[in-house]
Amino acid sequence: MIERLSFGLATGEVLALVGRNGSGKTTLLRALALLVRPEAGAIRWQGVDVTADPETWRGRLAWLGHLEGLKGDLSVAENLRVAERLRGDASPDIGRVEAALAAFDLLGLADRPVRTLSAGQRRRAALTRVVLADAAVWLLDEPLNALDGPAQVAFRVALANHLAGGGLAIAATHADLGVAGGRTLELGRAG
Amino acid sequence: MADLHFLANPARYRRFSQRVLPGLSIATVLMLAVGLYLALIQSPPDYQQGDTVRIMFVHVPSAWLGMAGYALLAGLGASLLVWRHPLAALMARAAAPVGASFTAICLLTGALWGRPMWGAYWVWDARLTSMLLLFFLYLGHIALSRAYDEPERGDRAAAILALIGVINLPIIKFSVDWWNTLHQPASVARLGGPSIHPSILLPLLWMAVTMFLLFVLLVMLRTDTEIDRRRLDNAEAQA
Amino acid sequence: MSGFAALVGRDLRLVWRRPGDVAVVLAFFVVATTLFPLGIGPEANVLARIAAGVLWCAALFSALLSLDRLFAADFEDGTLDLLLLAPWPLELAALAKCCAHWIVTGLPLAALAPVLGVAFGLGPEVLQALAVTLLVGTPTLSLIGGLAAALTLGARKSGALLALLALPLCVPTLIFGAGAIEALATGGDFGAHLAVLAALALVALATTPWAIAAALRQAGE
Repeated sequence: MIERLSFGLATGEVLALVGRNGSGKTTLLRALALLVRPEAGAIRWQGVDVTADPETWRGRLAWLGHLEGLKGDLSVAENLRVAERLRGDASPDIGRVEAALAAFDLLGLADRPVRTLSAGQRRRAALTRVVLADAAVWLLDEPLNALDGPAQVAFRVALANHLAGGGLAIAATHADLGVAGGRTLELGRAG
Repeated sequence: MADLHFLANPARYRRFSQRVLPGLSIATVLMLAVGLYLALIQSPPDYQQGDTVRIMFVHVPSAWLGMAGYALLAGLGASLLVWRHPLAALMARAAAPVGASFTAICLLTGALWGRPMWGAYWVWDARLTSMLLLFFLYLGHIALSRAYDEPERGDRAAAILALIGVINLPIIKFSVDWWNTLHQPASVARLGGPSIHPSILLPLLWMAVTMFLLFVLLVMLRTDTEIDRRRLDNAEAQA
Repeated sequence: MSGFAALVGRDLRLVWRRPGDVAVVLAFFVVATTLFPLGIGPEANVLARIAAGVLWCAALFSALLSLDRLFAADFEDGTLDLLLLAPWPLELAALAKCCAHWIVTGLPLAALAPVLGVAFGLGPEVLQALAVTLLVGTPTLSLIGGLAAALTLGARKSGALLALLALPLCVPTLIFGAGAIEALATGGDFGAHLAVLAALALVALATTPWAIAAALRQAGE
C-alpha cells in the first residue's frame, strides 16, 4: 500500500504524518511498531535493524492507537498501573504517576472506572500512559482527537518535554501538532 | 522441498500447471479405466467378504489420501507462515475440500462396507472414528479459512490450525484406539485388515496410484481457480 | 515475570468486577448436566454409568462457551496492541490469558462437578476422582480453547466456529478424563489414565502458546 518511503529522525525531533484517510498513516505507524510486517524495507535504530531484537525495540516504544487500550471496568489508576507492569516496570513511582495525572487534569478521576469517562477524558488517560512509559520513541495515532483546548495544551507541553529530554515522536495527525521544530511527511503523494 | 520453491510464484506455477495438466488428466482417466476393470471385474471375490471386498479398492486409498491431504495442508501452512509463499495459501484453500472429500468417501464407503459385514452402517470402529475426527478437522480448516472478510487472514489462521492439527492427529488416533479397546471387545471383522491376499494387492495399489493422481489433478485444477479468484478479488478491490 | 503476573492479575480483577460472566458459565454447566437425567430417565444405575461422560462433556462445553471473549475484549478496546508491544514474549502473554481463564473456569468446574456427581449417585471415591481428572484435564481445554479463540479473532460467526475448531482437538482429553473414572469403576488403572491426561496437558502447554501468539500477531496486522 505504501511504497518508496524513506525518512530518518534525530533525537528531539517530531515527525507529523499527514495525508488523506486511507493514505496509510496508521499502517505506517503499525509497521514502525512491528505490528505489521512490511513486504520490503527496514527500520533502523542507530543504524541497527530493529527486527534483529524486536523486544528491545518494543521496549523503546510508547504507543497510542486510535483505540485507547484501556479496560473499561478498571479505574484510570489501575489501567496505568497494569500498563506499566506489562511494560516490565514492576513498581511505578507514585509521584511520577500523580504528576502525569495532574498534567492531564485527571487526578480527580483517577479512581473512576474508565467506562464512565467521556471520550476526551479517555484520550487523556491514554496519553498519560504514553508519558509514563518513559520511552524513547512515541508512536501516536491522532493524539489530538477528542481533546479540548486545555487538554491539547497539556499534550503539547508533554510532547515538548519528551523532545527536550532527547526523545522523538512520530504522529499521524490531521491537526497541527503545534510543536516547534516539527517535520512533516505527507503520504499519498509521489515524492 | 527446496527444489519446488520456484513454484511459489503463482505466475510461474500457472505456466507449470498448463504444461502438466493435459497429460495428467489423460493419464488419470486411463489409469482409472484400467483400475476399475482390475478392481471390479478382474480380481476375484473374497472367500469371506464376497464382492463386498471391492469397496476396499476405493475405501483404503481414500483413507490414505485423506490423511496425506491433511499432512499436505500442514506443509503448505508451514510454507505460508515461514516463507510467506503466496501460492501455499491458495493451494491450501484448494486442497482442503479435496482432502475432506476423500475423507468423506472413506467414511461413506466404510458405512457401505459395514452394512453387510457388521449389520450396521456405523459402528464405533477405531479407524472409522479417527477418520471421522479427521473429517471434523478438515471442516474446521475449511470454515476458518473462509471466515474472514480479508482472505489473507483466513489463510494464515487456517495455516496455524493445520500445524496444530497435524501435531494432534497422532494423539487423537492413539486416544481413539485406546478408547476403542477399552469399550469394545475387538471380535468384529476389521476394516482393511492386515492380511491382504496378493490377488487383491495389485488392484489395490493400482487404485491407490490412480486416486493419488486424481487427488493431484483436482488440487491443481482448484489451485488454478483460486489464483483466478484472488486476482479477480484484487482487481475488484482496486477498481 | 512481572508482566505475566500483571496480566493474570488484571484478568482476574476484570472477572471480579463482573462475576456474572463466570456465574453464567457455571449455571450453564449445572443446567446442561441436569438435562441428561431428564432426557434419559432417573434410573440410578444408568445415570451412574454415564455420569463421568456427561459431566466431562458438559465441562468441555462450558469451558468453550466462556472462551470466545478471551481475546475479543482485548482486541476491541486496543489492549491487545499493548500486549503485542510489551517488551517480553507474546507467548507468555498467551499463557497468562489461558492461565487466568483456567482459574476462573476450570477450577470452579472441577469444584462443582463432584456436587453434581452426587445427583448421579456416584460414590465418594468416584467423586474425588472426578474432581482430580477435571483439575488435571481442564488446563488443556483452556489452552486449546484459547488457541481457537485467538484463531477466530475478528472472524464472522466466531462462537460456533470456535467450538468447531476446538472440539476435535479436545477429544483425547475427553477420552482420558472420562476414561480414568471409568477405569476406577471397572478396576482399571486410574493412575495411568491420569498420567496420560497430565501428558496431554504438557503437550498443549508446549505447543499452544506459540500458536496462540502467532494467531494474535496475525490478528494485529
